[in-house]
Amino acid sequence: MHELSLMEGVMEIVKDSAAQNNIKRVKHLKLVVGKFSMALPDSLRFAFDALAGVEELFQGAVLEIEEKDIICLCQQCQQRTTIEDGFHFVCSSCGSIRLEIVQGRELYLDYYEGDEN
Amino acid sequence: MVQVRLESNLLGANEMLARKNRGVFQSQGLLVINLMSSPGSGKTTLLEKTIEYLGDRLKIGVIEGDLYTDQDARRIEQKGVRVIQINTEGACHLDAGMVGKAFAELPGDDLDLLFIENVGNLVCPAEFDLGEDFKAVVISTTEGNDKPLKYPLIFREARVILLNKIDLLPYTDFSLERFREDLAQINPTAPVFLVSGRTGQGIKEWNEWLLGEVRTRGIKD
Repeated sequence: MHELSLMEGVMEIVKDSAAQNNIKRVKHLKLVVGKFSMALPDSLRFAFDALAGVEELFQGAVLEIEEKDIICLCQQCQQRTTIEDGFHFVCSSCGSIRLEIVQGRELYLDYYEGDEN
Repeated sequence: MVQVRLESNLLGANEMLARKNRGVFQSQGLLVINLMSSPGSGKTTLLEKTIEYLGDRLKIGVIEGDLYTDQDARRIEQKGVRVIQINTEGACHLDAGMVGKAFAELPGDDLDLLFIENVGNLVCPAEFDLGEDFKAVVISTTEGNDKPLKYPLIFREARVILLNKIDLLPYTDFSLERFREDLAQINPTAPVFLVSGRTGQGIKEWNEWLLGEVRTRGIKD
């Protein structure tokens, strides 16, 4: 449900940056979303479509979303574990539950591309 | 075609304001708890019970988050503590900016403990740091024991978990065993208190633990 306000934030960032870089038309935006963030890619796309349709700067722009797996570093054996479905935070090497999440909480705008005229 | 790399964190603005709040809270030696749950889990009733138990020993303040009403703030006010209402006007979570403004309106700088009662929602509030010391999550037996697996982020982030409406346990299919098993994998370190806002069961244990946290905080400062 907060995807709409997140997407408004994305578009504000791009608007400011486009003005600074003299970009008149945005063609492509790339977001990186971790699987342990609470933002759903489908909801982000829906929000983007709803918001981009009414802004000339974003007409025809394509939103790309890269999802990142949840990866933990074991505090016991220092091995990395990818957490699959079920969110069971258990080290696949030694079975420890002392895991630090090192990937999967991402939520950022990587880059955008556009034309200067 | 021009490419502009930004690597801009979507929550960056909130995180900056949360750091600012944290600085203000710490300078006042205040323990701040972000209280989160689904709608109807009993956050406000547990707050009332907590204020009744600790009100003589600690100076407690409350920031109440709600979509539109001030009903919860009025309930809390009757317990004789200082309370500020935030109406999010439809937003599904509190953010650090709202909390910073509300705290500036909260009278006095002699508080020991501040509760921020978030909007009832297990999804969005988990993403927004408010500057709190820790997150406390309330879940009730009537919601079912599958909530930690369905909303892992909020349960992972919690420093303490309160299972409310424990008096209703025999009338539900809630499996305490399964709940504990799931939590052991999502968040093995958070203490879990079994409480009832209605009968008062477990309120003492939860409050004594909380008192310990406030005292530890005082020593650290």
